[in-house]
Amino acid sequence: MTDVIVIGAGPAGLSAAAVAAEKGLNVLVIDEYMKPGGRLLGQLYEEPDGSWWNGIEESAKLFNRAAEAGVTIKLQTPVNNIETTADGIWSVYTEEETFVTRHLLIATGAAEAPVPVPGWTLPGVMSVGAAQVMTNVHRVKPGNRGVIIGINVLSAAIAMELKLAGVEVASLSLPGKNSMTEESADPRKVLNSLLHVSHMAPSPLVRFGSRFLQNDIMKKLGVSFFPKNGVKMWDIPVQLRKAVIEIYGENEVEGVVMANVTSDGEVIKGTEERITADFVCIAGGLYPLAELAAVAGCPFYLIDELGGYVPLHNEQMETTLKGLYVAGNITGIEGAKVAAAQGTTAGLTIARNSGIHGLVKEIQLAIQSIKQTRDNASIQFHPEVKKGREIIQEKWEEHARALEGTGSEVTSEAEAGG
Amino acid sequence: MSGRITDHPVLGKLPETRFVTFSFNNQEYEGAEGDSIAAALLANGIRTLRYHEESGSPRGIYCNIGHCFECRVTVDGEPGVRACLTPVKEGMTVESSGKLPSPVRDWRPEND
Repeated sequence: MTDVIVIGAGPAGLSAAAVAAEKGLNVLVIDEYMKPGGRLLGQLYEEPDGSWWNGIEESAKLFNRAAEAGVTIKLQTPVNNIETTADGIWSVYTEEETFVTRHLLIATGAAEAPVPVPGWTLPGVMSVGAAQVMTNVHRVKPGNRGVIIGINVLSAAIAMELKLAGVEVASLSLPGKNSMTEESADPRKVLNSLLHVSHMAPSPLVRFGSRFLQNDIMKKLGVSFFPKNGVKMWDIPVQLRKAVIEIYGENEVEGVVMANVTSDGEVIKGTEERITADFVCIAGGLYPLAELAAVAGCPFYLIDELGGYVPLHNEQMETTLKGLYVAGNITGIEGAKVAAAQGTTAGLTIARNSGIHGLVKEIQLAIQSIKQTRDNASIQFHPEVKKGREIIQEKWEEHARALEGTGSEVTSEAEAGG
Repeated sequence: MSGRITDHPVLGKLPETRFVTFSFNNQEYEGAEGDSIAAALLANGIRTLRYHEESGSPRGIYCNIGHCFECRVTVDGEPGVRACLTPVKEGMTVESSGKLPSPVRDWRPEND
């Protein structure tokens, strides 16, 4: 039996594994991708101090630290299921083998929400993260000229990365409004959320918009006065008053149909135009990838500030199930540095729960470090993320009080084994 | 291989890699060792990886990180392999799956 199993070799999983191994535990990390690092691999952006955050180098550092500490890393190994098979034992099922442990950390990260647009199944249409991985990890151009549908922090950052790699981005624009895209197709809401990215690298969009945003009426004016042809960010047209209503092409993407929209995002008939492109990125935002925590039986809460449904957990990264932990984007959408700090905390908590003494202070400092990292983050995916963290903490306390009330202990193994 | 980003202003020059030969739908291609099948094909200008089992419509990568299964191909006879997660190897045989026969008949006259 392995002391600790970690599912996911991203910044959270690798940090947790390294810390637990440095405390003397034997640790196995399982990941289905072919390289360690998770989605950190594709990241590339300029820090406010002018240095570059290079995801490939950061991933290598995390991997080397874990490897030096003696962590075993199994790549190209998808996990199909997890369950408690005996008292305090977790079984982790993969195609070829079943692994068992007393301490299981789920650090599966996030997935990208798709945005349905007519023509979106054509080859050449991909999630914006797909284009990032193709460009920065595989070093293959997703195409020569692209259109990005969905304006948010992630798509703006990746648009810049594409440009850096010599790929033309013809436009960053909204999706056409329908029942699935209400939030992301409303120019006012999108502008509002973008303006929270206040300390993201030099952004003309933010400077342009901030003049208008004193109150709600001005917010409306901000969108109304938004130039029809957009403003340029890193030389890429950002078009808050245009939406892609269709992707066209015979057998592959040949272009998009774009139309002007009102300040509420309604398409103005007769303004449709064709823009040629050989690839299209859809940017619907990230949500926690939490299926394994769900099959294990964790209670979940929908917390929009954290990006979606998150498994109930405490600051030490424990779930309500004995021996099951979570860290990284599965607990809410934030940057890689926060994920790594959460991983460190999870690793220490697992070491303490494995019987290693003298870690109380260190765990407290690690929790503090998560908060500091969050405060110093240069990119924030959700402006209200701190509120989201408070909500999940309140839910945890409610849960603990409810258990005290019934006199039962914190285990739900009967449910989980089910 | 015009699709490769050989020089990058921050990531630098593409490291020297060994090239391997593999086949896709009976045609031979070269891929860099360590490439995913999807990346190796895209570097060769190929986006269409399969045809939908029911509609026959062409499909390519969507998420590129294993979540969506849109890039599933047959590798050395094994169906349902994700092209975005599988490294290309020397001599590998990759095939697109196509439209499957359906027991359900569309009785509308325009489809006769």
